[in-house]
Amino acid sequence: MSKFIGKRALASAVSLIGLVILVFFLSRLTGDPTDLYLPLDASVEAREQFREMHGFNDPLIVQFGRYVGDLVQGDFGESIRQARPAMQVVLEAFTWTLALAVITMTFVTIAAIVVGSLAAFRAGGIFDRLATFFSLIGASAPDFWIAIVAIVIFSVNLQWLPTSGTGSAAHWVLPVAVLFIRPFGLIVQVVRGSMINVLSSAYVKTARAKGVRTLPIIFVHGLRNAMLPVITVIGDQAAAILNGAVVVETIFGFPGIGKLMIDSILLRDFSVVLAAIMISALAIFLMNLLIDIAYALLDPRIRY
Amino acid sequence: MADHLLEVRDLSVEFHTAAGTVKAVQNVNWYLDRGETLAILGESGSGKSVSASAVMNLIDMPPGKITSGAILLNGKDMLKMSAEERRAINGAKIAMIFQDPLAHLNPVFTVGWQIAEMMTTHGRPRDKAAARARDLLHRVGLPEPDLAFGKYPHQFSGGQRQRLMIAMALACKPDILIADEPTTALDVTVQAQVLALLEELQQETGMGLLLITHDLGVVAEIADRVVVMNGGQIVETGNASEVYHNPQHPYTKKLIAAAPGSGEMPEESDRRGEPLLRATDLHKYYSAFHALKGVDLTIMPGETVAVVGESGSGKSTLARAILRLDDPSSGQIHYRGKDLMTLGPRELFGLRRDLQMVFQDPTQSLNPRMTVFQLISEAWAIHPEILPRKQWRDRVAELLTKVGLKPEMAVRYPHQFSGGQRQRIAIARALAMEPKLIVCDEAVSALDVSIQAQVIELLAGLRREMGLSYLFIAHDLPVVRDFADRVIVMKSGEIVEEGPVRQIFEAPRKDYTRALLAASLDPDPEIQAARRTARMELEMAVSA
Repeated sequence: MSKFIGKRALASAVSLIGLVILVFFLSRLTGDPTDLYLPLDASVEAREQFREMHGFNDPLIVQFGRYVGDLVQGDFGESIRQARPAMQVVLEAFTWTLALAVITMTFVTIAAIVVGSLAAFRAGGIFDRLATFFSLIGASAPDFWIAIVAIVIFSVNLQWLPTSGTGSAAHWVLPVAVLFIRPFGLIVQVVRGSMINVLSSAYVKTARAKGVRTLPIIFVHGLRNAMLPVITVIGDQAAAILNGAVVVETIFGFPGIGKLMIDSILLRDFSVVLAAIMISALAIFLMNLLIDIAYALLDPRIRY
Repeated sequence: MADHLLEVRDLSVEFHTAAGTVKAVQNVNWYLDRGETLAILGESGSGKSVSASAVMNLIDMPPGKITSGAILLNGKDMLKMSAEERRAINGAKIAMIFQDPLAHLNPVFTVGWQIAEMMTTHGRPRDKAAARARDLLHRVGLPEPDLAFGKYPHQFSGGQRQRLMIAMALACKPDILIADEPTTALDVTVQAQVLALLEELQQETGMGLLLITHDLGVVAEIADRVVVMNGGQIVETGNASEVYHNPQHPYTKKLIAAAPGSGEMPEESDRRGEPLLRATDLHKYYSAFHALKGVDLTIMPGETVAVVGESGSGKSTLARAILRLDDPSSGQIHYRGKDLMTLGPRELFGLRRDLQMVFQDPTQSLNPRMTVFQLISEAWAIHPEILPRKQWRDRVAELLTKVGLKPEMAVRYPHQFSGGQRQRIAIARALAMEPKLIVCDEAVSALDVSIQAQVIELLAGLRREMGLSYLFIAHDLPVVRDFADRVIVMKSGEIVEEGPVRQIFEAPRKDYTRALLAASLDPDPEIQAARRTARMELEMAVSA
């Protein structure tokens, strides 16, 4: 197992290095950020001083060498905008997003498993048809539209929930609810399909011949087998939120990593962009590792 | 009239399918008493499993529907019980085991848990259930029973898995055990052990045993009474021995006549002259696993050589190595004097025509999206020198006639045929290449007995007409007896014994061959009883 993890870590590190190089040079193509930070009437000397201070005067390759040199010492650079270490800025934002992802995916997973399994148990029945209808709508509805409609209804008209920001539990309701819809629709469909297969399998027939009750057949005998293809989708969806639920975070003014990345790209806060990308990549790597471990735990036939 | 332990009275079951209503069983009557073994004998599609599924409430409704009848357990009609009452009977009063125990055990739970679950489901406390599960693992004769508790189904062999199923089924000491083709997927020696275990446990517990099978040999070995089914109806019923010796219904007669292993054995073949194929000292490694350990093999023109062995003996590896579908690690293969191992891709391509293969499962070996015409004529698209395109249509028609199908079937797809017909298509496809040697890897194992006899008859006819040679891979000794000229017995990648068919069957030299012969089941109950005695003595001799 540890050999397997090592191999995977090595492969991920190689792609991460490539990614950092690519993003470093691509982001520099957008020009230098001096004009964005200094007032319009700033003197030439002031502009020159700003460039000198942040090292934008050196040739690109020298800037890159300096960046890598700092990176090796664990220094991810400074945020120009916030004038503090870039990694600190990113980790703060990532914590918010991580909380958002964990809360959302917990609800999604539980709800999708229950709804998908019950739909599969009486496939073609009324519950199944309703579940399929609504999950398809959920899986295909655009989240920016849902977010805006939700704000209009629940915040503006009914005034039950705040429109944006953080602070109280109420602030979490709308972002979580909006992020919930699409993965829920998707995962219900996957659970349903997988569960239909499993429930028609020979070992479920054995369980019925043993006199096992219906609920344990579905949720003990069926579920653990049915979860195998589902886990991958859950992981993908969680990774998508971790990678920045850009639209939702922006609309709700949620200080997560998606919003941070958009702001930093617009303001050419290069160090923050790069640090955010590294953290996202690491999160994806850990997520995939988690999926593989979950696979091995669920299915004893898989051993790495 | 005293109540039977279990009685099925006038049962009819229908299935509503896209193709219309199928009457799976019609007005079926049978009963089972305590301590006796009833066999329901039938081929695929005969409805032999349907009444058992009805007893276990395993028929999905819809599409299934019980249209008439009663199922009486100790005189009480189960069809009038609530779902909860039926559930409580399953496992506790009536238990069931199935063919293919790997598929029927849940892959993600330990076998100990699965056996214990049978008891916790019916109200036993968890610790007592676990303790009894451990006892049961001992009782059914698993190696290292204490370790077995925490293992998963995939960690056992086929025969061990069926023992696990039996342990699970007997956990609540049921009055009735239903066994649906319990030994069909098993090797002959393992089959004999599992049947012996079932009989032993029956004597211990006095349960009624309902055995569903297609195999006359299994009936002869274990059944007291037999019910013969065909097309959803019972055609004959009675004492197992009487039905075998004095069958009344034409179908029963046909079934008994089709049982392999009773025909004339061929005379020893002439083995002088140049062999068609000679393999020497073949080895095959799969990483560290030594699958073939120096196998020699000679096939003369027009000769049928059978390779017999249990699973894991290396017989299929040998077949694939000879065709270079899976290159051997070392050794030589000479085909008409040419060394197959040193041929380049181009020469090998030319020779492929001469060496064809027919696989076990025609459902998988025929591309479902090609018509029969496409499947057969593909050979000529690949080897255009065989036949000009103008003649394809006529030749396909000719080949289909030759394998006993109709020319107009050429436009159909594989799924529109039965299993036996599909195997005929696979044979026609092999014949399209005008081969000299056909390798049949368990080519008749998946077929019903009567179909099996027809396909063997077809292969034998082609041998007479076209001078074909066969390398015939099989696990089933009786089939080989009627068809092969020579027999090679393999075990663990090595040849145990080789010789003319008569010598192998009438004067086997090796203990392993004798054990294989002793374990294979004869359809005649009397012969089978004698064989069983011989087997017991052999076992005693081996263990002594």
